Amino acid sequence: MNRTLTAIAGVCLATTAAAQEVAPLDVSFDEYGAIAASLSGVPGDAAAGKEVMSERSIGNCVACHQVTALEATFQGNVGPSLDGAADRWDESQLRGIVANAKMTFPETVMPAFYKVNGYIRPGDAYTGKAGTEPLPPLLSAQQIEDVVAYLTTLKE
Amino acid sequence: GAVAQDDHQLVTNGDIEIVTEAPAPDYISGLRTIYSGWRFRDASLQEMQMDDFENPAIIAVDKAIVQWSTVDGTEGKSCASCHEDVEQSMLGVRAVYPKWNEDAGEVRTLAMQINDCRTENMGAEAWKYDGSDMTGAEALISMQSRGMPVNVAIDGPVADTWKQGEEMYYTRYGQLELSCASCHEENYDNYIRADHLSQGQINGFPAFRLKNDGLVQTHNRFKGCIRDTRAETYSPGSAEFVALELYVASRGNGLSVEAPSVRP
Ligand code: HEC
Ligand code: HEC
Ligand code: HEC
Repeated sequence: MNRTLTAIAGVCLATTAAAQEVAPLDVSFDEYGAIAASLSGVPGDAAAGKEVMSERSIGNCVACHQVTALEATFQGNVGPSLDGAADRWDESQLRGIVANAKMTFPETVMPAFYKVNGYIRPGDAYTGKAGTEPLPPLLSAQQIEDVVAYLTTLKE
Repeated sequence: GAVAQDDHQLVTNGDIEIVTEAPAPDYISGLRTIYSGWRFRDASLQEMQMDDFENPAIIAVDKAIVQWSTVDGTEGKSCASCHEDVEQSMLGVRAVYPKWNEDAGEVRTLAMQINDCRTENMGAEAWKYDGSDMTGAEALISMQSRGMPVNVAIDGPVADTWKQGEEMYYTRYGQLELSCASCHEENYDNYIRADHLSQGQINGFPAFRLKNDGLVQTHNRFKGCIRDTRAETYSPGSAEFVALELYVASRGNGLSVEAPSVRP
């Protein structure tokens, strides 16, 4: 119901550039796992993306990745260093990796940040209690766009 | 592949040699070598476990020694009434748990056996599965096997339970879709933020966690790890965690019992 309203509003207000968000269940990946179109319809903000990547309570990407340009302490090494990520991947590929890395790397331990169902014993965040699918995605559409905007600055 | 942090040797109290590195059992296809969690800890923490005067777990063990000969329940008995000297009667017991109990027809953890003795033999109330009375008694009993090789049976009547535990170990739980193996098999020796990942062995359990300022039971640790995948976890003492404990214990066959250990 809500989505229908948003969609109608989107059509009506197209001229004023209203956000057209793609819901997690509606995302389309290409056969290599990339997502061509913006998830939020609003350009990403690299500075906000930097924050999402560093903060434990938000994306916490540095739990697994090292990024020289980030000041975050205790950067992990479960995943590869993201220095130069933009030399290896274009924007649509980076969007696909952040939204659901398993579409690009099938068996990866990297969590899907824009996925809401299909889990085994889904929990209610970190409470240990049961959660109800669809769960809120780990990051919002705009946070993903912000992270992607930051990742595209990682050139060597 | 990864290598453990250092080649430090663990000798407790200057005379109990602890095996912290051994060839992986052949039923663990993802590992070649198994390492005790001790090998992944900082030198200062490692030292606390080398001397019982510095090991904070020993306070709980001292309480458990008193408890051992304290009468409780309707039968007017203590553990000592039947088992006498803990050092002799409990020698080697921890090394083979969880194990099959023929009379009950079930796999029993040490905690289950202790509670069975309390309710059936003493007429006393069962202890909370992961409460401090229980972890203290487990620590005391485990200490009597320190330095002995973990040698948990995986076949015969326990085979189905073991298989259930193995399946759980490789199940990717929760919204983060991570299995025990994602962290403790594929990524041991790597860092997740500030945490140096070990192989998640339980030969040191119950463990004294500085963070909790107390002894932590195996199932408690499992619960925390599953919760951290943003999953609905299982309860301490549940049939699922008993199966997982049997399987995880068997991944440490060949390491020494080193409980009670000290962890961050
Ligand atoms: C639990 C660990 C983990 C977390 C958390 C994680 N990643 Fe990853 N990531 C990985 C692993 C492992 C890979 C390597 C892919 C594979 O498995 O083959 C990877 C790959 C990547 C890649 C491609 C690597 C390259 O440079 O070629 C990018 C980009 C990336 N991750 C971005 C992120 C971002 C952004 C976040 C947070 C929003 C994040 N990751 C969170 C584990 C993680
Ligand atoms: C009235 C007698 C009695 C009392 C009291 C008693 N137990 Fe037992 N306990 C037994 C018997 C009988 C067995 C099974 C004998 C066996 O197979 O070793 C047993 C087995 C055990 C085992 C397993 C030994 C093994 O080799 O598998 C543990 C551990 C144990 N008891 C701990 C305790 C503790 C701790 C207490 C007190 C809280 C206690 N028991 C009180 C009779 C008793
Ligand atoms: C997201 C990563 C992650 C997952 C998934 C995970 N653990 Fe852990 N586990 C940790 C961290 C971090 C620690 C603390 C450092 C260490 O000892 O590895 C830990 C510690 C442990 C310990 C204590 C080891 C010691 O020597 O003190 C055990 C046992 C353990 N985990 C078992 C499990 C089991 C069983 C599962 C699956 C049900 C599991 N873990 C899943 C991250 C994880």
